[in-house]
Amino acid sequence: MSDILWSEKQKATWRNKVGLAEMLKGGVIMDVVNAEQAKIAEEAGAVAVMALERVPADIRAQGGVARMSDPKLIREIQDAVSIPVMAKCRIGHFVEAQILEALGVDFIDESEVLTPADDRYHVYKHDFKVPFVCGCRNLGEALRRIAEGAAMIRTKGEAGTGDIVEAVRHMRTVMDEIRRIQHLPIEELMTAAKEMGAPFELVLEVARKGKLPVPNFSAGGIATPADAALMMQLGAEAVFVGSGIFKSKNPARRARAIVEAVTYYNDPVKLAEISTDLGEPMLGISARALPETEQLAVRGW
Amino acid sequence: MAKVGVLALQGDFEKHIQMLDRLGVPAVEVREKSQLDEIDGLIIPGGESTTIGKLLVRYGMLEPLQTFARGGKPIYGTCAGAILLAKEIEGSHQDRIGVLDITVRRNAYGRQIESFEADIFIPRIGELPVRGVFIRAPVIKHVADGVEVLSRFGDDPVLVKQGNLLASTFHPELTNDTRIHAFFLSLFPV
Repeated sequence: MSDILWSEKQKATWRNKVGLAEMLKGGVIMDVVNAEQAKIAEEAGAVAVMALERVPADIRAQGGVARMSDPKLIREIQDAVSIPVMAKCRIGHFVEAQILEALGVDFIDESEVLTPADDRYHVYKHDFKVPFVCGCRNLGEALRRIAEGAAMIRTKGEAGTGDIVEAVRHMRTVMDEIRRIQHLPIEELMTAAKEMGAPFELVLEVARKGKLPVPNFSAGGIATPADAALMMQLGAEAVFVGSGIFKSKNPARRARAIVEAVTYYNDPVKLAEISTDLGEPMLGISARALPETEQLAVRGW
Repeated sequence: MAKVGVLALQGDFEKHIQMLDRLGVPAVEVREKSQLDEIDGLIIPGGESTTIGKLLVRYGMLEPLQTFARGGKPIYGTCAGAILLAKEIEGSHQDRIGVLDITVRRNAYGRQIESFEADIFIPRIGELPVRGVFIRAPVIKHVADGVEVLSRFGDDPVLVKQGNLLASTFHPELTNDTRIHAFFLSLFPV
């Protein structure tokens, strides 16, 4: 068997894509719906912003079909800040992805938060020069997305709830599965790959290295600095915060606090200080009480 | 043995620690100003320069780092690290350590789709090129007298040195080539 790992065989652009994800580590990527919010996020210390028309909590509340944002909005946000700008396309909607690449966004999130455009297939992300991030609930889903070309993975959580329970469950699941396959004898890995629905080569790489071949971030339900630090202690390398900031009473202060909590996630004394007097967090809804038809995390194949 | 710190507020600090590890040098993650007294030199990683700058200010590390640099201790900044070391950042008032006599322009090659790799020749460290990984990289537009340009890509300096300060606009920590890190370690007093 070849000693060369899957990720060592990828084209040169791969290193550049994963490289940008590496640069975002230890940071907070914030959802913003206009240039003004983007500036607040940058001022608070966000490493990147996600440009979208509605935050997940509003998509949830208003219903309807959620699509890629208007390019006008994305351009306004690109003009407003110097940090990377990300944007979302629908699962499988490779034309939305082509448009986002043409706009020069720095990362595309093929996201379950938008209404899926394809109920069987995701975008083939190796065809693009721009890097992609995709959500996952378990290791198999993560490795399928990476094989398709995702340069960053985020555990999904349940977006727009302000409830951290699903984010925790998905991160624990991925980390547990990584630990499990690390200890399997090599002859069991093919069956493990089959059962997870994951490419064998990538299963081999994870078993040998004990981590995903791309950075693993956390998303979906982070509302407080403590939530962010919890996800970091559980193994996240950075966090996405969607509704949690701009659905709270004092977005600027909360945004800044979450940035600091991700840096000092292992320092409870600092976290106590950081968590003090932030104003009301987003109200939120219990993710476990949602019927399956309203769960976003189940989208993805 | 010299004790090397890697600023670990945000960014790809882990990759630098891995490089140092390959060279047999243990590194410490630096998040507190008090740690600066315990190290002989510092790497400032790639990441988001505005984020790292703000955290440096909020946690009172900016002035101690300026003192650290002026005291002659070696510092190496990659990409965002180079921006934070630069005295001048075109069109920006963002927080910085500001000790290296260069002027940089952020994101000068463009957005992520303009990120690239190229062979970089650095005679000081050997004949074979280094694979330069440029990610939303800055360009060094001007260097003052006393700043040595160790390498250029096209017309622009990409690796510069001024006394104890070293800066690159690319990311050797994302490759397997440890020569630039070894060169940085050679700046430490014996």
